[in-house]
Amino acid sequence: MTTKQKASITLPAPLAINGGEAVAYAMRQIDPEVVAAYPITPQTFIIERFSEYVADGLVSTEYINVESEHAALSACVGACAAGGRAQTATSGPGLALMFEIVWVASGMRLPLVMHLCSRALSAPLNILCDHSDAMAMRESSWIMMFGSNPQEAYDQAIVAPTVAEHPDVLLPFANVLDGFTVTHSVERVDVLPDEDAKSFVGEYEPERWALQPGGGATFGGLDANDFYFEHKRQQVEAMDNSLEVVRRQLDKYAELSGRKMSLVEEYLLDDAEVALVVLGSSEGMVRAAIDQARADGIKVGMLRVRLFRPFPVADVRKALSGVAAVGVLDRAIAFGAPANALMQDIVMATRTLPERPLLMDFVYGLGGRNTPKQMFREAIDHVVLAKEQGAEPESPAYLGLR
Amino acid sequence: MPDEQAWREIAIGGTEINPGSTERVNTGAWRSEMPIIDFSRCTHCMICWVDCPDACFEISDTRLAGIDLDHCKGCGICAAVCPTHCITMVPESSVPVKSSESGA
Repeated sequence: MTTKQKASITLPAPLAINGGEAVAYAMRQIDPEVVAAYPITPQTFIIERFSEYVADGLVSTEYINVESEHAALSACVGACAAGGRAQTATSGPGLALMFEIVWVASGMRLPLVMHLCSRALSAPLNILCDHSDAMAMRESSWIMMFGSNPQEAYDQAIVAPTVAEHPDVLLPFANVLDGFTVTHSVERVDVLPDEDAKSFVGEYEPERWALQPGGGATFGGLDANDFYFEHKRQQVEAMDNSLEVVRRQLDKYAELSGRKMSLVEEYLLDDAEVALVVLGSSEGMVRAAIDQARADGIKVGMLRVRLFRPFPVADVRKALSGVAAVGVLDRAIAFGAPANALMQDIVMATRTLPERPLLMDFVYGLGGRNTPKQMFREAIDHVVLAKEQGAEPESPAYLGLR
Repeated sequence: MPDEQAWREIAIGGTEINPGSTERVNTGAWRSEMPIIDFSRCTHCMICWVDCPDACFEISDTRLAGIDLDHCKGCGICAAVCPTHCITMVPESSVPVKSSESGA
């Protein structure tokens, strides 16, 4: 990580904060008109810190204490439709309770931002990380970006509104962060000066809103068999548009911050014969496992998918072309499906490659199950074996399952 | 909006930017019971006008004049709040008139 420093600007000193605090710091700089949230582990750091900013008068945000997550997202929908910038944060079961409004927010084309601190869905009750919450919203027309550490939690939070509010997009944005691993881990976080963050994010200037003087608009009216289909097709186009908007905004942000982020992140893929594909914070441990395997002479690399929705098919195809065998790491189960969520996407993204890689799926880390380096090393060894045998083994394998 | 508009031609998200769109939709077609006003007992207190959720009561020269049956959904709130009980809900099937032809 390099920090490009403009001559005229003194960067703030790096902070030692966790991912939740990093998100709250970004939210303070963005200063949304409305934040409505309901506390739930492991999202709590975000709204605890942010409500302190509100109490200390450091933001002008109207902070709404709501009675549930359903109400939290509903309040954000109302605020956004009324013409304000709105944000919320939640985790696992909280997202499940929001679910009706998840689709309302995207269907009404409201560019609000949710910080989703990934947590397993009950039952049995579990407060720890997996991606079953995020995977449950993957078809809901939200832009979904997975961060892997507190720095990215901050960086993505700054970029999020600029993507969501882009006139070619106008879709809600989920900044997805692994519960505890990201939200509760204290790391060095470099932040922008307030004025730089504010000018990057800019003012929210919707083209139309409900309380517009001189002619408002009705949001969420009845849309029966005559127009619903057409409106869903519009969402497809907005999703398609958002991919290049994300790319541009990440590049623009890199110029400002010196921190380069891509739709997919590659690690030692150039000469790789086998690879692992991962989402979220396990990236770090996968890199460590790859370093170890490389030291043993295995040509292995990693592809980390940052932008999950829309899925960057072309980027994934390009990154995985020439790789003989690929292991896909899924941190949620798609019960009854022919493959788990990330595996489905990788299958579709690679299916037309001239030399399609052998694919195998691994389920890991459910309900916060530990994700040690040795486990990912086992996955690498499985993928190497598949390559040597020239056949896809039975999939998925369950890593770390007793 | 005419039904033939394609997906690129309509406002995104189902947002209605032309006020008064409801007026163009005959929501009274849903009604199963129709309010009938007995004007001989009506005191023109306008409580029905205030309480009607669809603003269906028509006023003429400060007096109640009739009901816009193209938009009355037959909820019966007017009949329930009328202090003189001069509004009666009758089954739609028993009234042999078209909605747009009569309000009283």
